[in-house]
Parts: sequence; structure tokens; C-alpha cells
Amino acid sequence: MILVVLISILFLGGVLAWLSEGLDSRFPRVVALAAVVIDLLVMIALVGADTEGAGWIVQLNAQWIPRFGISFHLAADGLSVLMMLLTAFLGIIAVGSAWDEITERTGFFYFNLLWTLAGVIGVFTALDLFLFFFFWEVMLIPMYFIIAIWGHENKNYAAMKFFIFTQVTGMLMLISILVLAYFHYVQFGWFSFDYFDLLKVNTSSAIEMWIMLGFFVAFSTKLPSFPFHSWLPDAHSQAPTAGSVLLAGVLLKTGAYGLIRFAVPLFPEASMQFAPFAMTLAVISILYCAKVAFAQTDIKRLIAYTSVSHMGFVMLGIYAWNEQALQGAVMTMLAHGLSAAALFMLAGGLQHRIHTRDMESYGRILGESAATILRRLIFLDRCIRYAGSWELRR
Amino acid sequence: MEDLIWLLPTFPLLGFLSLALTSGNLPKKVVGAIGAGSIGLSFLTAAMIAYQFLSSGETHLVVEMWVWMAVGNFTPGFSFYLDGLAVVMMLIITGVGFLIHLYSAGFMLDDPSYSRFFSYMNLFVASMLVLVLADNLLLLYLGWEGVGLCSYLLIGFWYEKPENGYAARKAFITTRVGDTSMAIGLFLLFAELGTLDIQEMLHAAETQWAVGSGLAVAASLLLLGGAVGKSAQLPLQTWLPDAMAGPTPISALIHAATMVTAGVYLIARTHVLFELAPNVQLLVAWIGLITLLMAGFTAMTQHDIKRILAYSTISQIGYMFLGLGVGAWSASVFHLMTHAFFKALLFLAAGTVIHSLHHEHNIFKMGGKRKQLPIAFASFMIGSLALAAFPFTSGYFSKDEILIAALELEGPGMILWLGGVLGAFLTGIYSFRLVFVVFFGESKGHHEEKEVAGFSMATPLIILMVLALFGGWIQIPVDAVFSHGEVHAEEHHISGLMHAIMIAVPLLGIGVSYLFFMSKIFSVEKLMANPLATRLHGFWFSGWGMDALYNFLFVRPFVFLARINKNDLIDAVYALLVNISRFVHVMMARTQNGQLRWYALSVGGGVIILITLGVVL
Repeated sequence: MILVVLISILFLGGVLAWLSEGLDSRFPRVVALAAVVIDLLVMIALVGADTEGAGWIVQLNAQWIPRFGISFHLAADGLSVLMMLLTAFLGIIAVGSAWDEITERTGFFYFNLLWTLAGVIGVFTALDLFLFFFFWEVMLIPMYFIIAIWGHENKNYAAMKFFIFTQVTGMLMLISILVLAYFHYVQFGWFSFDYFDLLKVNTSSAIEMWIMLGFFVAFSTKLPSFPFHSWLPDAHSQAPTAGSVLLAGVLLKTGAYGLIRFAVPLFPEASMQFAPFAMTLAVISILYCAKVAFAQTDIKRLIAYTSVSHMGFVMLGIYAWNEQALQGAVMTMLAHGLSAAALFMLAGGLQHRIHTRDMESYGRILGESAATILRRLIFLDRCIRYAGSWELRR
Repeated sequence: MEDLIWLLPTFPLLGFLSLALTSGNLPKKVVGAIGAGSIGLSFLTAAMIAYQFLSSGETHLVVEMWVWMAVGNFTPGFSFYLDGLAVVMMLIITGVGFLIHLYSAGFMLDDPSYSRFFSYMNLFVASMLVLVLADNLLLLYLGWEGVGLCSYLLIGFWYEKPENGYAARKAFITTRVGDTSMAIGLFLLFAELGTLDIQEMLHAAETQWAVGSGLAVAASLLLLGGAVGKSAQLPLQTWLPDAMAGPTPISALIHAATMVTAGVYLIARTHVLFELAPNVQLLVAWIGLITLLMAGFTAMTQHDIKRILAYSTISQIGYMFLGLGVGAWSASVFHLMTHAFFKALLFLAAGTVIHSLHHEHNIFKMGGKRKQLPIAFASFMIGSLALAAFPFTSGYFSKDEILIAALELEGPGMILWLGGVLGAFLTGIYSFRLVFVVFFGESKGHHEEKEVAGFSMATPLIILMVLALFGGWIQIPVDAVFSHGEVHAEEHHISGLMHAIMIAVPLLGIGVSYLFFMSKIFSVEKLMANPLATRLHGFWFSGWGMDALYNFLFVRPFVFLARINKNDLIDAVYALLVNISRFVHVMMARTQNGQLRWYALSVGGGVIILITLGVVL
């Protein structure tokens, strides 16, 4: 039940924020902040919960469209809870960074912000693949609006690119989900989209590979990984600060989460076979995008490419197929979520004050304070990366 | 008492936090008290711990604090390992570190970023202590990266000047090359031996790997890569001279006394691995020898007071590597300690000179300053004597031990010894060239300036003078650490002639320097009239052209590759896709032009094509 509450607070908060604009254009941000803070507080209740059974802290399973075996199945384990905490925390940060920056159509902005967050929480908790796909779309469309309406000079191009990349590959995932459900029907005689049912499906290895690839392409676009990364620099450089914070901090993590939760467990053999290719792609991502990042002069594009590079490490960890690497991948997700969000806020702050993202023209106008903050944040980033002793997957 | 060892890095860390979080809002007196006081507390604690540890007679002890992370069989801890080597290192870091902090409290007083300076310095000391006390390689690596970060921040401390930022990046990136090699070494060690705990790892390596086995060679080579990066040895030595862009106390603390010797510490700490790979160990000696000679020749040609000292640091660390390479572990650590004393002294004195003469760095624009700058003169005299290994100064004992150990080595020992002696000759020349040019002869400019040296600046100089003179009598308690495989110099018989040579050669160097720069019997100008000498001078002056070489080999290709792909080739593929679909769209749209005859024509044409196809197929 608690998971439904988490998601509905954000959905309802979004609607409320939109409506409240009619009273005063400053109300929506207060509503949004309240919604995210309440969400975070509710989530903290999950942290200490004991994990009986199969490691699922909390589960909810209700019928949705019984004819096709589609259920409203939400559940959270340690990984989901960590990711949700990151989402809510960065949600607060995002609201904060939009606080003074967004002055037009505030109601609709915070509506989109909260609905994106709701979609992300849904993605992190859905255990019915149809429901998962539904949330996958929910987080996409509001983000499209955030970039397209409140973005910078080239916002329409960037928003459209983001939308098409995610939508086309999401389509492939949908096909994969349907084919997987069909094979469940063939094998057991009834439809199901439930995660645990689909885990039992056996198919020939060629078919398993194709279905897996559908998922993989969708997730590695979101991650993003070479060669599907080129939407990210555009989306980041054009999005408003809050959009960048959510994109880098949270949305990219849904791709990694998808790989860990679905692509690998549902298709263990195909994934095992595919691992060398995935790792190769990951390494190309790391090196190639770092190299491209080095050449950038737009500070937001630079951070965007380093994001791709770092998410390459996550993918490498997931497909390295051992305990340490997997935990390292989750650790990197958290660390990158925080540090990339912080870096984008700094970049947003600089752009807000100096009115350019071109680093060459920054020169020495950076005062003591800005430079120090930047250095401290880079330091903080390293601290987080080294911080440890999390028991992630119980 | 030993349980309180966690306090050592905690004091400076708290100092860093309090200074960083107040970001310059504290009065300068408070900042100085926090900055220097935290290191002073650390030193007191270190001294008490060292006293207890040494009087207890134990060889080592482990203080476990908490488990850092636990993933499967990978459980590195926040644990400190205390033995003779760690005791020596922590006393050098906190002791010399405290003196340099005290000096900085006076030296940096006019700087607007006083608080930022001390916060970085404190963070540096905390990281350095973690580095030398860590009981596992991962924690050591944390300290290793921490000191690298602080070095970067402090070289670029005066960031308003772009060239300082450039020097900082150069230092960071060059050492990063070594760090990466070291990280791969750690991965290899963990993958093969299943632990990163240093003592366990060394024990496992000893029992599982044969002498000269491929894995031992690979692991020690990778660690050596990290060591040469941090310690500015060939081929990664080019960053250190540029690192002099930072404030002078930084050069004393980080780029002379402590951080640059971390590579020496690393090799000494993992010496068992190097003993398993004798060829790599010999390579260490050769690297040390070549570096010390190259840097010695370059130091003779420089005219920036700090760059001379920087090259001399590279050269002296070359001696430490030479010692490590010939198995004289404790002699190297001993030289590390004496070098910390006299090089910190020289740098701080150079700071006083520069400070007093309004940021003048060129030694040829000074001259005759011994009356004007008496404390700096005394410091330079004593520091240079120790640096040149004048008999019975601290540098004499340590360098002597290293050279004797080199001579003892079978095979290439004689060549290594000769090279080392030649290096000592060069050291005599360049160190006294500096003294003669700056403090003797006729005064050139800066006649009015008085020496700037308050209590907080003079006290550290005086203490360091005493240490540089008499530090050679200190017995370092590292025998238990290097209990096996150590070359014991005392047990061997070195002929009196060899001893005489080792004493005479540095004096000869000083003499040559006297003839050139003091009595002017020989003249540099005449020497430079020879075109060959001019070329050689230019070549040495540029640091043997290494910067230009690396620029050509690495920097330019890298920048070129980055520049041609700035717009991301992959994006062009997607753009092509977009353009194709646009093109098709435009072509299709053209067919809808509303003209009946065009429609009729295309219907007719289509029918004809279909019929033709039907007939042909």
C-alpha cells in the first residue's frame, strides 16, 4: 500500500500544483516541495523495514486487466529503496534549483516535474512488465515538455531527439514484452505479464537472445551507452537546470535499473552470451565519450559526455557477472546520481549568472567563491565514490 | 596509547573541515592557530605513540577501526598498520609538516586566501598520514589520491594566472598516468592473491610466486609505474619543475619533503614483491641513476631559484630509487628522512629570499645577499652542505650508505656506484652555484629590502638547520621491517680509497663551483662561447627536451584526436538518418503538385512499368 501512496502523492501533487497556479504563480513550487518532502519521509519508513521472504520489503499485487493477465504489481527490495531515496532526494534538489529559475507557466512545470518523478518511482517498483512499460512512458512525456517548453536556445530539436530516441527503443521493449508474454501463453496456456511468472518462461536460445536485445536496446539508450548516447548531450545542454538534474541523477539510472532487474534475470543465458559484447560497448562508451568530453567547450555538454562515460562503468559492472562488480555498479549509480546532479546545478548557476555555457569565455571572471565551490564539489564527488560499506542487496 | 592512532589524521581533517566550512570568515589569527595547531597536535600524538611503540619492543601492530565495505570476500578496512617504517614516516610528516605550517602562518599572512591555503594544507597532511599508516592497499590508494588532489589544488593555488592552472593540470595528469598503472597493479594483486591487506598480500606472494615469475614482474612493474609518477622519476618526472608555481611552503612540504617521496615509501612498503622480481628491482636502480644524473645536469643550468631546488629534489629521489634498487631499503628511507630535513630547509629559505626580494626568482638578479638576508644565508649554507653530502652533515651519512650498498651489488654495482658518485659531483656544483651566486659576489638590485622573517618563520628554519646538520646521527628503527634481503653495509669491507673518493668528490664539485662562480678563474661566458656548449646548455636547460618530446608524442595527437571528433561522429550517423528521411519527404511531397497531367503521366508510367515487369518476368 505504501508504494501506491508514494506514487499517488506525486501524481496528485502534480495536479494540485497545476491547479494552484490559478491562485498565485508562486504556489506550485511550494506544493511541489511539500509533495516531494512528504514522499521522502514516507520512504524513510521503508529503510528500516525487515526483509522477510525473498528480500522484498513490501509488495502489492492487485488485478488490473485480468483478461490479459496484467496486474498492478508493485514491490520494493533494497535496490528499489535505494533508488527511490535517490529519486526523492534529487527531486527536492530539482525543485530547489527551479525555485527562482522557472518563472513562466510554473503550474505546468511543477506538474511535469512531479509526474516525471512519479513515473520514475513507478519504474523502480513495478513488477508487472506491462505496468513497467506504462511508467516508462509516464516519465518520458513530462520530461519532453520540460525540455521543449522551458529549455534553452535549441530546445525543440533537443526535446524531439530525446523523445524519438526513447520512444523508438521503448517500442522495441514493448515488442519484447509482448513476445515474452506470448511465449508464456504458449508454455502455460494463460497470459501473464508478471515478473515472477515470466521468469519461468523457457524459450529457445535464439528467441531468448532477440527478446533480450529488445530490452537491452531500450535500457542502453536510457543509460545511455555507445552508440545510443547522442541524444543526451543535446537534451542536457538544452534542458533547464531542474531537468538536467533529474535526467542525469535519476532518469539515466532507470536504464541501469532495468538491466539489473529485467534484462539479466529474465534472460540469464542470453545475457551471459551477450556479456562480452555489452562489456565491449561499455568500454567503448567509457573511452570514446571521455575523449569527446575532453573536446567540448560547452560546460553542460562536457558534463553530459562524462555522464555517458560513467554510466559505461555501470554497464561494465553489471555484465562483469560477479558480486563485487554488481555492487560497484549500484554504488556508481548513487555516486554519479549525486555528483552529476551537483555538477549540473553548478553549470546551471554559471549559465544563469554569466549567460553563457561556453567555458572559453568564462576565463577568469570566476570569482573566488565559484571556483572554490567547484573544487569542493569535485572533491565531494570523489568522497562519495570512495565512501562505502553499504549493504545493497540483502 | 596506540589505540589513539586514529587521532593522527583526524586532527588535520577537523582542521580542514572547520576551515573549509567557514570559507574564509575566520580572523587570520584563528585560521593560523587552527591550521598549524592541528598539525602540532598530530605531531605530539605521533611522538607519544612512537615512544610507546618503540619502547614496547614490538615489531608491528594493527589498529582496526571499521570495515570500509564488505562485498563477498572483499573486505578492506579502515585499519592502520604501525611498524618502524610507518613510525619514521608519520614523524617526518607531522614533524616537518608542523614546522612548514608554522612557517606558512607568517609567510602567507598577506594572502587574501589565507584560510583556503591552510584548509588544503591540512587536508594534505591528513591524506598523507592515511597513505603511510594504511594497512591495506585500497586505503593507501585513498591517501595516494588525496595527496594528489591536494597537490593539484595547491599548485594551482594562485589560479588567477592561467599558467599556474596549467602547471596544476600538468602535475595532476602526469601523476594520473602513474596512478592508473598502480590501480591496475592493485586489481592484479587482488585478482591473483585475493587480498589487499599489505602484510597478508606480501606473505601470499612470497609463498605462491616463484622468484622472477611473470606475475611478480607484472605486479611490481605496475606498482613501480605509480611510484615513478608520484616521485617524479623518469619517465614521468616532467611535472615537478612546473609544480613550483605553487606557494613556496607547498613546494617544501608536498614537492620536497613528503608527497614526492610516497613512491619511495610504496616500494619500501612492498619490497617483498620487488625481491620476487629481481629484474624489476634492478630497473628501479637504473631509473634512479639515470634520473639523478639527468636532473643533476639540468639543475646546473637553471636560473630560477625554485626550479634549481626542484631538479635537485628529482635528483635526490633518484638516489633513493637507486638505494631501493640495490636492496638498501633502510638506507633509502634514511635518505628520505634526511632529504626531508635539508630540502624543506632549502625551500623555506628560498621562500624567505623570494619573499624578501619581492617575488624575485632569478638568482642572477640577486647576488651579495649574505648580509641582507642572514637567516636565509645560514639556512642555505647548511642546507647546501647537507645536500652536497659534506662530511658529517645529515646528507653525508644517508648518501654514503646508498652508494656503499650500490658498490656491494654484484654485476652492475660498479657502474651504479660510479654514476652515483658523478651525481654527487654535480650536486656539489649546482648547490653551491646557487649559494655563491645568490649570497656572494657583488649585489645586484634589491639593495633596500630587509629580510622578512618573523618569529614564526625563523623558528622552523633554525630547527631545520639543526636537523639538517645533525639528523644523520638519528637511528631509524626500520631493521625489523626489512629484516630479510637487506644489504647490510657495515658487514662489508669497502676499501679506504673508495671512502676517500666518496668524501672527496662532492668537495671537488664545490671547488669547481667556487672556481666558476666565486673566484671567476673560470668563466661561464667563455665556456658558452663554444657553440657545442651552448647547445648542450640549451638541451639541459629544457630538461633534456622531455617536455617537447611529450608534447609531440602525446599531447598534440591527443588534442588533435579530440578536436576532429568534437561534434561526435556517432551523432552524424543519426543526422544522416534524419536527412535521408527529410529528403525522401521532400521528394514525395513534390509528387503532390496538384497538376492533373503529372498525375496522369505517373499513372500511365506506372502501368507501363508494371506491364513490362509482368512480360519480362
